[in-house]
Amino acid sequence: MIGIVNYNMGNLASVANAFKKIGAKAEIVSDSDKLKNYDKLIFPGVGAFGDAMEHLRETGLDEAMREYVKSGKYVLGVCLGMQLLFESSEEFGNHKGLGIIPGKVVRFDKKIEKTHKVPHMGWNKMFFQKNTPLFEGLENPYLYFVHSYHAVCEDEYVIGKTLYGYEFVSAVNKDNVFGFQPHPEKSHDAGLKVLQNFVNL
Amino acid sequence: MEYFAKRIIPCLDVKDGRVVKGVNFVGLRDAGDPVEAAIRYNEEGADELTFLDITASHEGRKPIVDIVKEVSKEVFIPLTVGGGISELNDIYDLLNVGCDKVSINSAAVKRPEFINEASKRFGSQCIVVAIDVKKVAPNKWNVFIKGGREDTGLDAIKWAKEVVDRGAGEILLTSMDADGTKAGFDIEITEKISKLVNVPVIASGGAGKMEHFKEVFEHSADAALAASIFHFKEIDIIDLKNYLKNNGISVRI
Repeated sequence: MIGIVNYNMGNLASVANAFKKIGAKAEIVSDSDKLKNYDKLIFPGVGAFGDAMEHLRETGLDEAMREYVKSGKYVLGVCLGMQLLFESSEEFGNHKGLGIIPGKVVRFDKKIEKTHKVPHMGWNKMFFQKNTPLFEGLENPYLYFVHSYHAVCEDEYVIGKTLYGYEFVSAVNKDNVFGFQPHPEKSHDAGLKVLQNFVNL
Repeated sequence: MEYFAKRIIPCLDVKDGRVVKGVNFVGLRDAGDPVEAAIRYNEEGADELTFLDITASHEGRKPIVDIVKEVSKEVFIPLTVGGGISELNDIYDLLNVGCDKVSINSAAVKRPEFINEASKRFGSQCIVVAIDVKKVAPNKWNVFIKGGREDTGLDAIKWAKEVVDRGAGEILLTSMDADGTKAGFDIEITEKISKLVNVPVIASGGAGKMEHFKEVFEHSADAALAASIFHFKEIDIIDLKNYLKNNGISVRI
């Protein structure tokens, strides 16, 4: 059973629907004590980094997430959920993240704004940087993005990059933890394939 | 080369649980079951779907919520819903069943603070402001409501800037002059507004042939929306995307 972690940031109906569509068992979990009962976790979310961290701390989900990661079971952070895996974000001030993957989250560089709109909203290609089981059967697919901030981290964690004004990190992996900036649950067949690959890990 | 794709968005006008299509809300023709239509567009490669709820009565249970709920079980691309959204609860109910964005039109004109409240609560990424414009003098466009029947007196360019400042994450720009003509999108106002604001602009109204999409994308539109040409299969989305790709426009194929 896959747990869809709910921390009040964005609606999870589409994520639950996507797992149902591919025939995987998944349910929404909000209680920090219950995370450990799941075989895998998906950590989705949209919205502001600071609000999300505040909610995670208040509910103890921050510590529960770190403990879960230590157990070695697979985690997939999506969109804001990916960004929260890092050490910090500069969104509306400076906020500490979960610190599960070394790196930080920054706003798209102002220098691209003459030619590119921010938020980066729409379909863009992800160029795979490494072979990982998460990308099995896919080749640099178009995926659906909605974000104004992106991760910056060492190359060793980068598994996907996307070009929008410049190349930014759009997917990461450290041991049993994956981060995915676009929304697989809104990325048509390619997105469902990513979720299927996660289920198969 | 960048691969950021221009989006093709079929619009489904929904009334009493059915897809309908007419010109300026008259002579509505039944165009089928919305869930089936959504599934078909999804398979054909639509990048996003917009549902416009034109049910006259806003009393009681809103069938559009049920439709979105059904569609989101089968369709895994972004879904936008517009029509009659005037309260935060309307937005909550839609997002809760798998809708990704809502499109606010007259409620934003009547009470602009609604844009601030909605974007603060749900995030700018899910607040689309729909602006219906009509040219009233050379180089001057006004914002109209009620399907183009009522001139609000607002200047379209100023209004576009204001809605973005208030937190709109996207603008759905419909030209009442072009709408229903099939003579092409209104390039002039689309380009003006798209270059002015730093959020995506969806061009709407006037699509009649594939060249029109190419033209509007070359003039800064981020996405293009159309209804009847897709419903009545005058243009096939796959053909359209191949045509655009062959003409140097980034599309998701």
